[in-house]
Amino acid sequence: MATCAKLDIYEQMYLIRAFEERIAELFTRGELFGTTHPCIGQEATAVGVVTALEPTDVVTSTHRGHGHFLAWTGDVKGLMAEIMGRATGVCAGRGGSQHLYAENFYTNGITGGMGAVGTGMALAEKQQESGNIVCSFIGDGALAQGILHEAMNMASLWNAPILYALENNLYAMSTHVRDTLAGGIVPRADALGIESATVESEDVFEIIEASEKAVEYVRENCRPYLLELRTYRFCGHSINDERAYRTREEEDEWRKRDPLALLAGALDGADRREIEGRCQARIERAIAAARKAPVQDLGDIGKGLWKS
Amino acid sequence: MEKLTVGRAIAAGLRKKLADDPTVYLLGEDICDPYGGAFRITRGLSSEFPGRLINVPISEAGTVAVTTGMALRGLRPVVEMMFGDFIALAADQLINHAAKFSWMYNGAVSVPLVVRAPMGGRRGYGPTHSQSLERMLLSTPGLRIVAPTPRHDAAALIGAAIDDPNPVVFIEGKLLYAAEQATVSEHYDIAHTHPPYPAAVLNNAAGEQPNVTVVTYGPMLPIVEEAMTATFNEDEVACEILAPSEIAPLDTALIGESVARTGRLIVAEEGPRSWGWAAEVVARVVERWGDRLVARPVRVTGRDLPLPTARPLEDHVLPGVETVRGAVEKVMLQ
Ligand SMILES: Cc1ncc(C[n+]2csc(CCOP(=O)(O)OP(=O)(O)O)c2C)c(N)n1
Ligand SMILES: [Mg+2]
Repeated sequence: MATCAKLDIYEQMYLIRAFEERIAELFTRGELFGTTHPCIGQEATAVGVVTALEPTDVVTSTHRGHGHFLAWTGDVKGLMAEIMGRATGVCAGRGGSQHLYAENFYTNGITGGMGAVGTGMALAEKQQESGNIVCSFIGDGALAQGILHEAMNMASLWNAPILYALENNLYAMSTHVRDTLAGGIVPRADALGIESATVESEDVFEIIEASEKAVEYVRENCRPYLLELRTYRFCGHSINDERAYRTREEEDEWRKRDPLALLAGALDGADRREIEGRCQARIERAIAAARKAPVQDLGDIGKGLWKS
Repeated sequence: MEKLTVGRAIAAGLRKKLADDPTVYLLGEDICDPYGGAFRITRGLSSEFPGRLINVPISEAGTVAVTTGMALRGLRPVVEMMFGDFIALAADQLINHAAKFSWMYNGAVSVPLVVRAPMGGRRGYGPTHSQSLERMLLSTPGLRIVAPTPRHDAAALIGAAIDDPNPVVFIEGKLLYAAEQATVSEHYDIAHTHPPYPAAVLNNAAGEQPNVTVVTYGPMLPIVEEAMTATFNEDEVACEILAPSEIAPLDTALIGESVARTGRLIVAEEGPRSWGWAAEVVARVVERWGDRLVARPVRVTGRDLPLPTARPLEDHVLPGVETVRGAVEKVMLQ
C-alpha cells in the first residue's frame, strides 16, 4: 500500500476516534443533550468498507453511525452541529446522533430497519440502471430482527445490488451475541442463497480488500452479499454504560488489537502528529462554530413534514 | 355498460398511473395474474404491464420497508395489503420509517409511497380480517390517510395518492369494492371541495337550511346516506353530509362552517367508539365552534369489542342504518 494511501486512511480513522472521544467529553461536561453511541474501536470497519464504495453509491447506517458518516462525508462541522442540536447540523438538530442524512447517506434509530429500507433502495438503483449499489451497515444485534430476514429474502429473490456490512462487535448493548444468535451468521446467508464472507482482522487494509471484493461482486453480479466484519467497541454502548457485563481483561485483549494503533505504528511519527493535529483542529473549529450557531427557528419546526 | 364500482375505479386509476409513469410499481401478495389480488383489484394489470407488478412473500413489514427504500430513491411504489388488518405488521415501517424521513432529515427527502389497505367489516371475515385499523395511524404526523367513498372519483384519488410526495395510506372499504361509484344522486346534491383530496358534500335540503351536519368517511357513507334519506322522507330532517377523503391530516374548516349553519353535529365511523376519528372531530368542533352548537354532538361508532364472525353478532357490534337514525333522533330532540 502506497504511503499516501496509508496516511489518508489513518487520517480518516483518527478523525473518527478523536471525534468520538471529544463527543464523550462534551457529554460528561453536560454540554450535550440526550445520548449517543460512539464507535471507538470500530474505525477500521467504517473506513474500510466506505473506501471500497463509489461516491455515487448509497449508504444506510444505524444508531452507531458517526464513523460511517465521517468516512462518507468528512463533514465534521455538520455532524458536530447536529449532535449539538444546532440549525447548522445536517438535520438542523431534529435528528441528532441517531438520525443523520447526507447525500446518499441515511441513518435511523430502529435496529435492523435500515437494512430493509436499504434493500428497497438497491432495487430502485437497479430499476433505474444507475450502476450504483447500496451498502447497509448493520450490527450483530440486528440479526435478531425479522424485518432484516424478510428483506434479505427479497434481496436474494429479486437480485438486489446490496452489501450488508455486518459489524459484529460481539455485543448488542449488554448482551453477548452468543446469548442472542442461534446457529451462525454465514449459514443464515447460505440459507437465503446470499454470498458471504467473514473478515477477522484489525488491519484496515485487509478490510478494504475484502470490502472491495464484496463490492465488486455486488456490482458485477447485481446480487446481495453479506460481509461479516469482526470488531469490538472499546467504549460503552452509549454514554451511560459502565460496561459491567464484560471484564476489563477481555477489553484489554481487544485493545491489543486496536486497528488505529496498528496503523499508527506503521507510520512516520512526524506525519502522524501532523495528521492528528489537523484532525483535532477541525474538531475544535466545528465545536466552536456549533457553539455560536443558533438552534432552528421555532417558526420552521413544521417545515418538511408535508412535501408538496 | 358495466357499472363502475369503486373497485373498478381504483383499478382504472392504477392502470392509468402504470401507463403514464414508468416509476410506478405495484407490490403485494398474490396481486399478479391469474390471481389478481385477494379482492381481484389488480387482475389483468400484470399481463398488461409486464415487470411492473411484483408478487411478494408474505412479509408485510418487509414489503413496506423495501418499498419505502424504493420511494426514497426515485420510484413510486404502491403496496397492496391483502387485508388492512395486516398493516399492524408494518406499523414500525410506516410510523418510524416512512413517516419520519422527510421531517427528521429537515425536508431533504421525499417518500412517495402508497399503501392500499382494504378495511372494514360486514363480510363475515371475523376479528382479524374486518377491522378499521386506520385509527392506529391517524395520529402519525407525516402520514396522510385517504379514504374514497362511492361519492368520490376513486381513480383520481388513487392517482393523487401516487403523485403525492408524502407517504399515503389508502383506506379501501372492502364493502365499497362492489358499490357503484356515482357522483350524482336522486336524493342529494353533491359537491366536491379541496382537490386533490376532495371532501364530498351531500345535501338533501335542496337550497333550504339543513338541520344537521353529519360527518363520516369511507365505507360508512352509504349507510349514513341511507339513514339520512329515510329520515328526510319520514321525519323531514334535512342534512348536510360531509365525507372528507383526506381523513388525516384533517382540515376542519369545512365541518366548522357547516356546523355553524346547522348547529347540530353527528360524526359516524365504523371503528370502535373509544379514541377514534369521530372523537377527534367532535373535540375540534366543540373547541372552535362550540358556541354555535344547539345540541350536544353525537357519535355513531362500533362498539368497543373485537369484531365477531357470525352475521347477527357482527351486526350488533357495527353501527348500521338504525344506529344513525337513533343518533339523528337524539340530536334533534335536544
Ligand atoms: C427496534 C429497536 N429495539 C431496540 C433498540 C434499542 N437498541 C439500540 S442499539 C441496540 C443494540 C444493537 O446492537 P447491534 O445491532 O449489535 O449494534 P451495536 O450497538 O453493537 O453497534 C438496542 C437494543 C432500538 N434502537 N431499536
Ligand atoms: Mg453489536
